Amino acid sequence: MSKTLLDIKNLHAEIEEEGKAILKGLSLTVKAGEVHAIMGPNGAGKSTLASVVSGKDGYEITEGSIEMDGADILELDPDERAKEGLFLAFQYPVEIPGVSNINFLRTALNEIKEYRGEEQISAKDFMAMVREKSSIVELDPKLASRSVNEGFSGGEKKRNEIFQMAMLEPKVAILDETDSGLDIDALRIVAAGVNKLKNENNAVILITHYQRLLDYIVPDFVHVLADGKIVKTGDKTLALELEEKGYDWLNAEA
Amino acid sequence: MTHELIIMSETTTSNKVTNFIKNLDVSSADFQQRAAERLGELDFPTTRDEYWKYTRLGKLTKLELSKFADPDKLNLTKHIISNDYIVVVNGFVREDLSQFSKLDFEIDFLGSDRMAKEHYFDKNLNKKDVFSSINSAFFEKVISIKVGANKINKGPLQIIYVSKGDQIISNTRLYIEAGKSSQSEIIQTFISKESTDSFTNHVTEAYVSENSHLKINKAQLEEGSNSIISTEQVHQERNSVFKINTITLSGALVRNNINISVTGENCETFMNGAVITKDNEVVDNHTFVDHQVPNCMSDENYKYVLGGKSTGVFNGRVVVQKDAQVINAYQNNGNILLSDYAKINSKPELEIYADDVKCSHGSTTGQLDDEAIFYLQARGISKENAKKLLVRAFIGEVIESFENEHFENYINEQLAEIHDWRN
Ligand SMILES: Nc1ncnc2c1ncn2[C@@H]1O[C@H](COP(=O)(O)OP(=O)(O)O)[C@@H](O)[C@H]1O
Ligand SMILES: [Mg+2]
Repeated sequence: MSKTLLDIKNLHAEIEEEGKAILKGLSLTVKAGEVHAIMGPNGAGKSTLASVVSGKDGYEITEGSIEMDGADILELDPDERAKEGLFLAFQYPVEIPGVSNINFLRTALNEIKEYRGEEQISAKDFMAMVREKSSIVELDPKLASRSVNEGFSGGEKKRNEIFQMAMLEPKVAILDETDSGLDIDALRIVAAGVNKLKNENNAVILITHYQRLLDYIVPDFVHVLADGKIVKTGDKTLALELEEKGYDWLNAEA
Repeated sequence: MTHELIIMSETTTSNKVTNFIKNLDVSSADFQQRAAERLGELDFPTTRDEYWKYTRLGKLTKLELSKFADPDKLNLTKHIISNDYIVVVNGFVREDLSQFSKLDFEIDFLGSDRMAKEHYFDKNLNKKDVFSSINSAFFEKVISIKVGANKINKGPLQIIYVSKGDQIISNTRLYIEAGKSSQSEIIQTFISKESTDSFTNHVTEAYVSENSHLKINKAQLEEGSNSIISTEQVHQERNSVFKINTITLSGALVRNNINISVTGENCETFMNGAVITKDNEVVDNHTFVDHQVPNCMSDENYKYVLGGKSTGVFNGRVVVQKDAQVINAYQNNGNILLSDYAKINSKPELEIYADDVKCSHGSTTGQLDDEAIFYLQARGISKENAKKLLVRAFIGEVIESFENEHFENYINEQLAEIHDWRN
């Protein structure tokens, strides 16, 4: 049996400032080699889930647990979670003027390597890796060396997220609406990139609105997140059903 | 009655300066004697003075400072970033530690008798300014640098100013004449070695002749309890370009007074500054560009990143005189406060008496972007390093303006050393 990479149990989270509960008892188990899709209406809490799992400030976990590879990660800082092998492709990638995409990735990679007790990567090997990985998502290498996301088009930003994923080779990748705003060609490129990166030792969680992405990255499980919980889980046919009927029938069912 | 009161207050005020210099001997030279006499009539500015509103001198002026000609050999290897360098320790030129070829520059170390014969020497300094007057009264030798006409200097000349010992005053004086159509760069590094509560009181006078280019890259890196007050008096003639970049990474009190008179048409003037603090530093940059003639431009960009309980002051004064038409003057001051206790006081002072003038100024103060910090953290970069990356990006424009790779690398090393940064 393949091992569990991410185990979320009965997760309750609220926004610290307002005390507003967003996640209300969410459970999700992800094993190595799996692709999970999480779908759900706007405002259901999908991005909040991604933020909470990656350790963003501003949320209070009132109940439940999150384990990665068998270890509790709730006390870890976001960078430590990344060093343990978690990756988040942001729904809205941040523009960071003056910080070069390449330089910060090299800093990140070397910090991760240091954490794991591995050797630092040489400048030469790093550049070779940049060339190889940027070609996976057909990201212009020139973009790779510009300031992080600055002046990138919507599609370029999303490709840059997957490029970073390729560079960091995470165990668990959460892709938050990486498909939104992409035209069909860009969607194909991004999906092909993700398919190339997934293997039996890692796992991918796709957060999406649309079934469309799932034609290209075929999920093992489809979950519906509504009002802070997983309300239904099925296989890829569930996505088609959701596309056809929307989310309202689930409320009726529940 | 009233008369007596005034006399009393004058006596008390001049006592403060007299007390400050009581351990210092004045040379017998006329020039320095006269400067010392002037000090009897001067007082230290207080926060009631407009230009010293945010910078208290109390701690500095209470120090018991003395001169000390330190004879020790010093290992300055990591601070040497040019083939030609002059080492000054506690205000005394140390030729034994220096190395420079006189190929591109005419370099001399001269006393005030000799300097007083120079047409431009001391000419434009404000005689009411107490610190430059103290400098005039007590400097040892002036470093006089003349760049001959049409000389293009390769490799900058570096001057390393070292403070060594406790409660030491260094009155360092630099005189630069950039000859017609010459091009040159001077690096100044202010450092300290085993030094506390010391004070460097520096004056630079620069004459930038017609058609010449002069650049000064200045790094202020003195140890925590040491202070620097630096006065730059610059005179630009027509078609000249003057650039001065000031980077301050440490020091108890650091005050820069950069005064630039633009007296000829078609001049360009650039001033950039970066300030990075972490403790209780007070760093005060007062700049003044006096556009006396038409068709010139000045461009100024100062960035502060203030941590701990430090204070930053920026005062950018630009005067465009009555007939100085077609002036473009740009000024920008950006600040990031890394702590709730850090403070910045920023003030543009634009006095425009001509009508065909383009002046812009902007001042922003903020914090580092939390979303950006989280983004970098989510990639595996620790919060502290994420902040450093963002700070480095923030001061990036200033670093680029050094236009000198060695100086840039040196600053990166110093950031690592003083502020514990990784490159
Ligand atoms: N920082 C925040 N401050 C206030 N409300 C927030 C914040 N983040 C999310 N929310 C609220 O939490 C709910 C879930 O949002 P989100 O997780 O972004 O949903 P989804 O990604 O599923 O569209 C929404 O009602 C949203 O308005
Ligand atoms: Mg969302």
